[in-house]
Amino acid sequence: MTTVEIPLTTRKDWSSDQEVKWCPGCGDYSILAAVQMLMPDLGVRRENTVFVSGIGCAARFPYYMSTYGLHSIHGRAPAIATGLSTTRPDLDVWVVSGDGDSLSIGGNHLIHALRRNVNLNILMFNNQIYGLTKGQYSPTSEEGKITKSTPFGSLDHPFNPVSLAIGAEATFVARTHDMDRAHMQEMFRRAHAHKGASFVEVYQNCNVFNDGAFEGITAKDNRAEMLINLVHGEPIRFGADLQHGVVQQSNGALEIVDVASVGLDKVLIHDEHREDPALSFALSRLSSGPTMPTPMGVFRDVQRSEYGESMTAQVEATKAKRGDGDLAALLRSNSFWTVD
Amino acid sequence: MTTRHTEQLDRVVIRFAGDSGDGMQLTGDRFTATSATLGNDLATFPDFPAEIRAPAGTLAGVSAFQVAISDHEISTPGDSPTVLVAMNPAGLKANMAVMERGTTLIINADAFDERSLTKAGYAENPLTDGSLNQYTVYEVPMTSITQAAGKEAGVKPRDAERSKNFFALGLVSWLYTRPTDATLEWIHAKFGGKPQVEDANTRAFRAGYDFGETAELFDARYEVRPSTFEPGDYVNVSGNTALSWGLIAAASISKLPMFLGSYPITPASDILHELSKRKEFGIRTFQAEDEIAGIGSALGAAYGGSLGITTTSGPGLALKGETLGLAVSLELPLVVVNIQRGGPSTGLPTKTEQADLLQAMYGRHGEAPVPIVAAKSPSDCFEAAIEACRIAVKYRTPVILLSDGYLGNGTEPWKLPDVTKLGTIEPNFATAPNHENADGTSVFWPYLRDEVTLARPWAPPGVAGLEHRIGGLEKADGSGNVSYDNANHEKMVHLREAKIAGIANDIPDLEVDDESGDAKLLVIGWGSTWGSIAAGVQRTRAKGEKVAQAHLRHLNPFPKNLGEVLSRYERVLVPEMNLGQLSKMLRAEYLVDAQSLSKMQGSPFRAAEIEAAIAEQLGAL
Repeated sequence: MTTVEIPLTTRKDWSSDQEVKWCPGCGDYSILAAVQMLMPDLGVRRENTVFVSGIGCAARFPYYMSTYGLHSIHGRAPAIATGLSTTRPDLDVWVVSGDGDSLSIGGNHLIHALRRNVNLNILMFNNQIYGLTKGQYSPTSEEGKITKSTPFGSLDHPFNPVSLAIGAEATFVARTHDMDRAHMQEMFRRAHAHKGASFVEVYQNCNVFNDGAFEGITAKDNRAEMLINLVHGEPIRFGADLQHGVVQQSNGALEIVDVASVGLDKVLIHDEHREDPALSFALSRLSSGPTMPTPMGVFRDVQRSEYGESMTAQVEATKAKRGDGDLAALLRSNSFWTVD
Repeated sequence: MTTRHTEQLDRVVIRFAGDSGDGMQLTGDRFTATSATLGNDLATFPDFPAEIRAPAGTLAGVSAFQVAISDHEISTPGDSPTVLVAMNPAGLKANMAVMERGTTLIINADAFDERSLTKAGYAENPLTDGSLNQYTVYEVPMTSITQAAGKEAGVKPRDAERSKNFFALGLVSWLYTRPTDATLEWIHAKFGGKPQVEDANTRAFRAGYDFGETAELFDARYEVRPSTFEPGDYVNVSGNTALSWGLIAAASISKLPMFLGSYPITPASDILHELSKRKEFGIRTFQAEDEIAGIGSALGAAYGGSLGITTTSGPGLALKGETLGLAVSLELPLVVVNIQRGGPSTGLPTKTEQADLLQAMYGRHGEAPVPIVAAKSPSDCFEAAIEACRIAVKYRTPVILLSDGYLGNGTEPWKLPDVTKLGTIEPNFATAPNHENADGTSVFWPYLRDEVTLARPWAPPGVAGLEHRIGGLEKADGSGNVSYDNANHEKMVHLREAKIAGIANDIPDLEVDDESGDAKLLVIGWGSTWGSIAAGVQRTRAKGEKVAQAHLRHLNPFPKNLGEVLSRYERVLVPEMNLGQLSKMLRAEYLVDAQSLSKMQGSPFRAAEIEAAIAEQLGAL
């Protein structure tokens, strides 16, 4: 067997020559850096990597990667990427999106890409605000939020993106945040390794229109008490001394308790691979916003047939059965007659 | 048994009409198929409601199928039927407006009970009140004979009754001396899995045929001799099938894998169905979550190097508008098929119209020119599809292919082309960097254009050294980098416009059918009006009058000689199934006083309507 060497690359090789134009201090910079620095480790080629995006601040992402890139229209990236991924299984297709792009105008495409399990790595930067249009509330903004379009407070109940993805039959769902490069890279690496649709919510700070939205949980000093690190096969614990734990009540709901008071053996063991999504979903409901202890990591990672592969298999099976298509025969496939 | 004489007819137009659940489309289809193999020229017009099963017995629920069979070349399914087969009062009432005096009505007399008459809105029974005196009426107890035939097969009367369309088919097959073998074989192939149903349908068909033979009702049978066709293989083809096959042909001659992204919509869904069956051609079909994802996925596939296709009807085209704009900006090949129907909004889903021309032309924001190709007959959809793909691939542009419900569902005999002579479509993928930077490094510029076609390189991912980023933001001429430069934007707007306008150099001149060469009136149309216009022109010429006809395949850009053609005629008449969209374009482009003839009744022009409009124009000369 011959193996084709993947050339060694550095972050610089994955960075385009275009000036990055996000606001100074934007969380997107750290996500971009995490991706650019991760790519050399993934064992992939630039020419086989495509970033597809919709509209919004996050959607400028493809311009800054030296890969193939397609900056499309608002909300449609998953649909466009579906056509690309299913016809080009040789490519790594990443979708970069924001909370408005993915969950508002593009909600329909997101859920269908997830349930079909199209081989896409979907990174959704959630800053709980519309940034590019200068500060309106988004489908993840908290109720009562005062913005330019909600001077009396938002009436909308927000989506929980992880719950939504699990409800949409996603096979890989994770959450990370822009203050922790190593964690982001681990989540992106896992998303890339997963065959099928991977959905990663990235808590991202918009320092202009929604500054500090996640600080209460992601600032270094707050992380120990506010971030619940999910590790497959391990008890779900957090706190400076891992003193808090997640237990399942008799009615199935999850609850945060003092480990000491219930005993470590009562603490829920995290199982990413559980087919039944109920526990992953319950985990996603532990927190309804970045003011409460919030799980970070992989909620769910299960295998299901990948869409493009299934589509190709149908084509190949039909060819094997009928032989390659013959146009002249096709035209005569309905009853034809001959005039001499 | 009496022997009857057989009369020769040069042409007959039969309309089968009944309830939506009566199987009228199937009956019409079978009669057509048999006539096609007999060598008749023919044209069909399926005419059915949007509801799958509208309330039984009501006018709204009437489903009809009209077929013209002829011993000479014809271009329309006929203005007015010579025979109406009415399965119930509603089927009769809904169609009497198009039946001329002296024509024949074959009526299922069993269905004319009081309840059915009331549902159809008849105060009196037309079979007894004398209102049909000026027609040749054959009252046939179709339901009861069919039930009796079914009883022999052990079928309950209620189920047996469902075979009455086969009785009607058998009767009409006898009346027009159609052979029975093919239909019996078809029944076997279709219903062989359900022996009792096959048996009931076979018996009903035979009973209908035998009824004609034995009942002393008909004093003659009729024969329509074969038309003269050029030698070759023929099929009876619908526009949607021909269009699907044209797309497959285009994929074949371009050696591109086809990807169809589509959302079901009447009357375009049959293309999705047909292409879904043909996976041996490497076709990937994708039933998307909505119209937007239909075109989005097709565009994504095109970006990846596939022949991207999306199919829809008017409301769907409206939803695809934004992505079409993106495709214009990305300059990627894409074919958007619009099988037009009556609008606006949901409009008339199963009825035909041509009112999306201006939507195709202008239905995007910004200056977003898109080539438009239109098919003129069911079989012509094959060539039109290839042409749309050719332009899309060669010029790296979305192309809108316009057909309509009449073409999509209508059928005609088609002489099959030699598939080795369909030409080629050359994708010419980019393979290497195309620009040298000042420092001597070679780079790839995605918007560096071909000097002749102004097309940009098509560079699907996967080629090292050609990595590039494109998007909907305005791009710098050449490099393709995002550019908000004022002068660059104006230049790009002009370049995109010039690229599409330049396609005029790559399409044939408009041909004019002007027998004598000195006609003063030109009738010009586009799309499915071709058959009606041709028939109207023929009628005019038969009266010794002069009139020229031309038909546009390309609506954007127009053929180069169109302005000159229009200037040759004193008057120009533009029949369209809309409020005058082409005539508006001709007026705007060529300052010609084009006269519009409009029809928006969900059905094609009748030849007589065209003839009358021509006479009016000639009278004004």
